Amino acid sequence: MIKNFKKQNVWFVFTPYLWLVLFFFVPLALIFKISISVSEWGMPPYRDLFSLSENGLEINSTLGNYLFIFSDPFYIRSYLNSLSLAFTSTLLCLLIGYPIAFYVAKSKPSIRNILLIMLIIPFWSSFLLRVYAWKVLLQGSGIINSILIHIGLISEPISMLHNHYAVILGVVYTYLPFMILPLYGYLVKFDLNLIDASNDLGAKPINTFVKVILPLSLPGIVAGSMLVFIPVVGEYIIPEMLGGSDKLYFGKIIWDEFFVNRDWPIASALAMSGIVILVFPIIIFQLMYAKYNFKNE
Amino acid sequence: MNKLFFKIFTLTIGFSFLYFPILTLIAYSFNDNKRVMVWKGFSFRWYKELFHNEQILEAFYTSLKIASLSATFATVMGVMIGFSLTRISKIPARPFFIFLSSSPLVMPEIILGLSLLLFFISSNHIIGFPSSKGQLTVLISHITFSVAFVAVIIQSRLSSYDKNIEEAAQDLGTIPNMIFWKITAPVILPAILSGWLLAFTLSLDDLVVASFTTGPGANTLPIVVFSKVRLGLSPEVNALSAIIMLIVILAAISIYLINRSNIKK
Repeated sequence: MIKNFKKQNVWFVFTPYLWLVLFFFVPLALIFKISISVSEWGMPPYRDLFSLSENGLEINSTLGNYLFIFSDPFYIRSYLNSLSLAFTSTLLCLLIGYPIAFYVAKSKPSIRNILLIMLIIPFWSSFLLRVYAWKVLLQGSGIINSILIHIGLISEPISMLHNHYAVILGVVYTYLPFMILPLYGYLVKFDLNLIDASNDLGAKPINTFVKVILPLSLPGIVAGSMLVFIPVVGEYIIPEMLGGSDKLYFGKIIWDEFFVNRDWPIASALAMSGIVILVFPIIIFQLMYAKYNFKNE
Repeated sequence: MNKLFFKIFTLTIGFSFLYFPILTLIAYSFNDNKRVMVWKGFSFRWYKELFHNEQILEAFYTSLKIASLSATFATVMGVMIGFSLTRISKIPARPFFIFLSSSPLVMPEIILGLSLLLFFISSNHIIGFPSSKGQLTVLISHITFSVAFVAVIIQSRLSSYDKNIEEAAQDLGTIPNMIFWKITAPVILPAILSGWLLAFTLSLDDLVVASFTTGPGANTLPIVVFSKVRLGLSPEVNALSAIIMLIVILAAISIYLINRSNIKK
């Protein structure tokens, strides 16, 4: 019987383990390898790290790709643009999403369930089509321009597409449900009597919010912010559809280096530095946050 | 009164923001004009053209196939991970296993796509597998990033339920395999279903990873739609959006009704 259990365990652990090593870890290691390779013409467009020639074993490794990236303000700016986009849109999602999540959570259960379904519908519908919807709306001949002309605010259609404000709008719109749903999850568990208690004890509404509601919904804020911030950092589709050339983002730079310039080593070095600059801080933050929560419990 | 007004005001503005773009798109899908934003008259013209568009129909079929296969494999492995991490103490290099099963969650799609594509090319170079990029490579990639999401859902369900039930069954002499199938699996069934559904939508919605790993004969729906709307607007895509919204709304309403009848019971 015990033997049987062990056999099952082996399967349970090693099937996913092997899969992830093979299709997640090895590809990442490969990116690292290519990022320190020398690019050359041919297929694949980089030189092997180790090669045997008449001089014996040769190692063709270089840090040149990294030096190239970090000496060119073009690439550094794209990292900063992506970080600032992620930061701005996470903040906006929080500011817009919090009141919505709060009031939905505070509604009567019968209305609350209907509102919740209404929050989930845009979350389920296609991401690409929601971005496309804004492309339709923001056109020169689009509905927003028509309304603005109709009420006399502007006399000629203004170009609202292809700039970084349109990108922020698109990001906030598509990622808003990712912020609202976890916030709602924490706010709905929250005992509303606490608010009444705080009010009865004479706290001003603003104090009740800052000292009672906000700290108790902090895990929801962190979860929602993570769900928005992380994917936005590497976002490619929204800048491509709504953005222009005023600001370039990290995701698009990698895409272009790979598909347009066919420079695999540079694309890999960009991806590797992306992991170090953008992903590691997030993992470290999560570990620290988990530790902090653990201590407080 | 003031408070109630503020609440209704906030919710109205919030939901209008969420629904205004979608509803506009649906409205314009009935526009009988090739220029999307100039209203000419009501018609089902673009729906007819959509249903005769071989490319979109084929892509839709490919997407459904890849999404359901990917969701199924990802769910099986996600359950394995969730079970291993909460129930099995002796896992070789456990922290590494945790790292592997959670970091796809924080990895930007673009890096994931790039790394998988380079991997497939090299592996083709060295061992000749996969022989070409296509549906298989997209499927493998989708399984890889979906597994982590399913694992998180299963893990949180497994760690929140009482382990004593399993131990009791063990004490009563139940075969370990049976414990899993008769006790653990039924208890986490809702988590398994929602994990499958999440993996299914993740695959159906993915454009970036699929764009990297796709090949001839494996154009998924997002890839075809993106190629149509990247530079301009397409009335057929408006019609497609309206149909997708309709499916999503019907699914949401039926889930709401099922939930409500369950609560009443």
